[in-house]
Amino acid sequence: MSEPNRAPRPDEPIPVVKGTLDLLALKALVRRPMHGFEVTSWIEERSRGRLAFDDSAVYQALYRLEKRGLLEAEWGTTENNRRARYYELTAEGRAHLSAETDRLVRYSEIVTGILTGAPSPQPA
Amino acid sequence: MSHRRESRRRFRLPRSLRDLVGRELDEEVSLHLELRARELEARGLSPEEARREAQRRFGSVEALRREARKRERTIHVRDRLGDLVRDLRFALRGLRRNPTFAAAAILTLALGIGATTAIYSVVHPVLFEPLPYPQPDRIVTVWERDGNGDRMNVGFTTYLDVAERVRSLESAAALRPWQPILTGDGSAERLDGQRVSWTFFRTLGVAPALGRDFQAEEDAPQTERVAILSHSLWRTRFGGDPEVVGRAILLDGNPTTVIGVLPADFESLLRPEARIWAPLRYDVSQSWACRSCRHIRAVARTAPGVTVDAVNREVEALAATLRQEHPTEYPQEGEAGMEVVPLQTELTREVRPALLAVLGAVALVLLVACANVSHLLLARAAQRHGNLAIRAALGESRARVVRSLLVESLVIALFGGLLGLAIAVAGVEVLVQMAPPEVPRIDQVSVDAQVLAFALALTTAAGLAFGLVPALQVTRKRLWGRLARATGSRSTIGAPRGHRAALVVAEVALTLLLLVGTGLLLQSLVRLLSQPLGFESDRLVTMQLQATGARFETDEDVRSFYDRLLAEVRAVPGVESAALTSQLPLSEDFDKYGIEFRSRPLANPEDGPSAHRYAVSSGYLRTMGIRVLRGRGLEAGDFASGPDGQGSRPVVLINDTFARRELGDTDPIGEEVLVGGGDENPWRVVVGVVADVRQVSLAAESDAVYVPNRQWPWSDALRTLVVRTEGSDAGPDRLAAVGRSVRERIRALDPDLPVTRVATYDDLVAASTARTRFALLLFEIFAGVAVVLAAIGIFGVLAGVVAEREREIGVRTALGASRHGILWMIVGRGLRLAAAGAVLGLAAAAGFGRFLESQLYGVSGLDAATYAGVTLLLLSVATVACWVPARRATRLDPVSALREE
Repeated sequence: MSEPNRAPRPDEPIPVVKGTLDLLALKALVRRPMHGFEVTSWIEERSRGRLAFDDSAVYQALYRLEKRGLLEAEWGTTENNRRARYYELTAEGRAHLSAETDRLVRYSEIVTGILTGAPSPQPA
Repeated sequence: MSHRRESRRRFRLPRSLRDLVGRELDEEVSLHLELRARELEARGLSPEEARREAQRRFGSVEALRREARKRERTIHVRDRLGDLVRDLRFALRGLRRNPTFAAAAILTLALGIGATTAIYSVVHPVLFEPLPYPQPDRIVTVWERDGNGDRMNVGFTTYLDVAERVRSLESAAALRPWQPILTGDGSAERLDGQRVSWTFFRTLGVAPALGRDFQAEEDAPQTERVAILSHSLWRTRFGGDPEVVGRAILLDGNPTTVIGVLPADFESLLRPEARIWAPLRYDVSQSWACRSCRHIRAVARTAPGVTVDAVNREVEALAATLRQEHPTEYPQEGEAGMEVVPLQTELTREVRPALLAVLGAVALVLLVACANVSHLLLARAAQRHGNLAIRAALGESRARVVRSLLVESLVIALFGGLLGLAIAVAGVEVLVQMAPPEVPRIDQVSVDAQVLAFALALTTAAGLAFGLVPALQVTRKRLWGRLARATGSRSTIGAPRGHRAALVVAEVALTLLLLVGTGLLLQSLVRLLSQPLGFESDRLVTMQLQATGARFETDEDVRSFYDRLLAEVRAVPGVESAALTSQLPLSEDFDKYGIEFRSRPLANPEDGPSAHRYAVSSGYLRTMGIRVLRGRGLEAGDFASGPDGQGSRPVVLINDTFARRELGDTDPIGEEVLVGGGDENPWRVVVGVVADVRQVSLAAESDAVYVPNRQWPWSDALRTLVVRTEGSDAGPDRLAAVGRSVRERIRALDPDLPVTRVATYDDLVAASTARTRFALLLFEIFAGVAVVLAAIGIFGVLAGVVAEREREIGVRTALGASRHGILWMIVGRGLRLAAAGAVLGLAAAAGFGRFLESQLYGVSGLDAATYAGVTLLLLSVATVACWVPARRATRLDPVSALREE
């Protein structure tokens, strides 16, 4: 019995837009290498739980990025001495993140501008 | 980055990818679930609730598993490609850094692959490819044999007996050459063709593509004339018009109906130049169909399942019967008889021994190339084991080092193969151009892809095998560790020295073998070309003329035409003298007759000698410059009358050697001679003895009789005009100019007369030595390749020795050894190997020379001068090859060589 056109409640998590999780995972790894749970927690913290996704989707994103050579993985140990797979940005990953971030920001500005009636920014 | 990759790979390698991915994934997911559950517990959930909530939040593991597998496959491929690129870069850098090594290895491969491919490509279709007829192994040629065991053509009546009485033959056909003149549409053209019995195409198993085959009733005298065209004649002369079938064309002035056109892929192996075929139209009643009129070539197809030996037994038996039935028409003595020979054997009879020798040479060169590539890689490994040790010290795995060495070998093989392909293509072109005309099916030759692949595979495999030996040795575990500790030590590694020395010795021996063959053939050619021909060959222009057709119906028509022609030609400016002859020395004309001497009567004329018959015009001896040794030449009076003897008596000249052999010390002048059997030929009196002339080849003089052409019972329609030009300038331009003037004069006299085979004696001698020159060319190529390869081989081994013994040389230098001393130490070592190889090679060549003897002329297979000459040549080359690495040794800095320890 869903109500398709109701407005979302402000505290309800929004399902993540496809592809965004990849960028978020890359962003998580800018400072230091992390294992999968750390990446998941980092995104949850930063979004304050307002994005809805399965934990496995984060791993999907990590694997995809690794496949494309944007990340590299290595087995290491956690503080509690558990074996964990650590992910690290490659140079390509860094470049990809900054380019895609620019693109996404400009994209959402344009879309926001149109939807809210504000004048669209002039192309640089 | 490589360190991290390295650890990852090492971790992954031992298990199968799928298992590993599964295990890694499980471990990663379970850690995640555990950490999540702990977090939830901290927020107050019970352990059981926390575990379930963690799992719910995680979602599907299956999709993740698929993604992980995809990732692993992609990364795996990327890693391999990355490694390959790195190995390639490494190999190219290595080759650039050591260009001598790279050039030597690539040149070795290119020469080995290129030369063997080119030559094998030429030899293979000629010798081994099945003939282009159905069941070609059942096609045989049929021959009679004289008392010396020499093969002869068969008489038509004998052929009929073979066709009818030999049951192991399914069918048989008779053929003779035919050169009709085609007139009518366009200019007169002399065609090459064959007259054949109607069974000919059926015997070969070929059917016309257009129209129909001959029928039995068309193969008889006095029937309507029909002909079948080759595809090429049909295309070129008749524009490929299918309507030509059924149309009448004019051949020698006779209307002849075209009844068929052969398929485009038909190969006329029994007469490659033939373009038209007509029925033989013989009948046993004709005088030229007689048993002793041996001008018929016979071909047959054996019955299915019958061996050639069985056919031969039956044919021999028939020959014995025929000898008894017709005692004066067959030779009775010695090895006289009949035989069949498979067509393939027959076609390659002339060239088979030479080509087989060449194939042997191919194998040798390929072996030399393999040996060389091996040396070079061994030497190279010795040279840079320091580099390998450093890589070991840096922790590179053994597998990686081995692989990078193999990639280097493959890069060399690739370059060598490409260059080799270029050499093969160019080589095939040169060989086909140079091939003598008697090499059958030369037009079928092209670069043989299989051989190219084989040569490439073999040399590459040799390279890989020998690239692998040092790679494995260098990286052997214990040694690996030791080297890693003692970087830069110059201890001996690589294959045992004895092994490498043996390679060089073998290589030098093989090269010497080929050089001896080349030297012997070269000597033969020189001697062949310096043989006296028996006539003055400079300033001569020759051309063949054919007076056939309606205008030349009677013998007298032909005679008076040629008389007129000769008078016209003699008047051409620049012509000193001119004459006509029925056959021309060294031109492949072959016209022999049985000879009987009145003073030595024979019970069976078939057992008598035979000689070339020259029916010549006045002035022939003078024009050709053939010396009269005794008696006189032919005089005007001898040409005054016809063959019936009115006016002058029939005369003949014979050559010196023939006269001596047959008549001993008896004065031949006045002896009476019968040339050719039959009732038409009179006894002729010998009036002169002339110098021996080389008719068939430069290698031997031929017995000859010269008859005034007016005295021969019939007039030869096919004659050769010989013209001696005036003055002392006999350059090719001058000869060509006179030749053109003569042809113009002939055209003015009779525009429809075909003039063919226009040649100077330079051309004819070149053609008659084509086979020797071709064999020589092949040997030159091989020997040249082998010399280069041997030099590279010696160089490779010594370079290896110098690299290995750098420290020793440094110590010696430091202890006061002179540069000169060092130089000779290295050169001496190389020369000792070369000398050992030379001794072995000389011994092998002694055996090989005898094998080659059938191709030699005027020089023994054991000719000492040749052996000494090529040995000297090879040792000089070896010295140069030793010099380069030896010089390097003298320039080694003793301090740096020692400091490394």
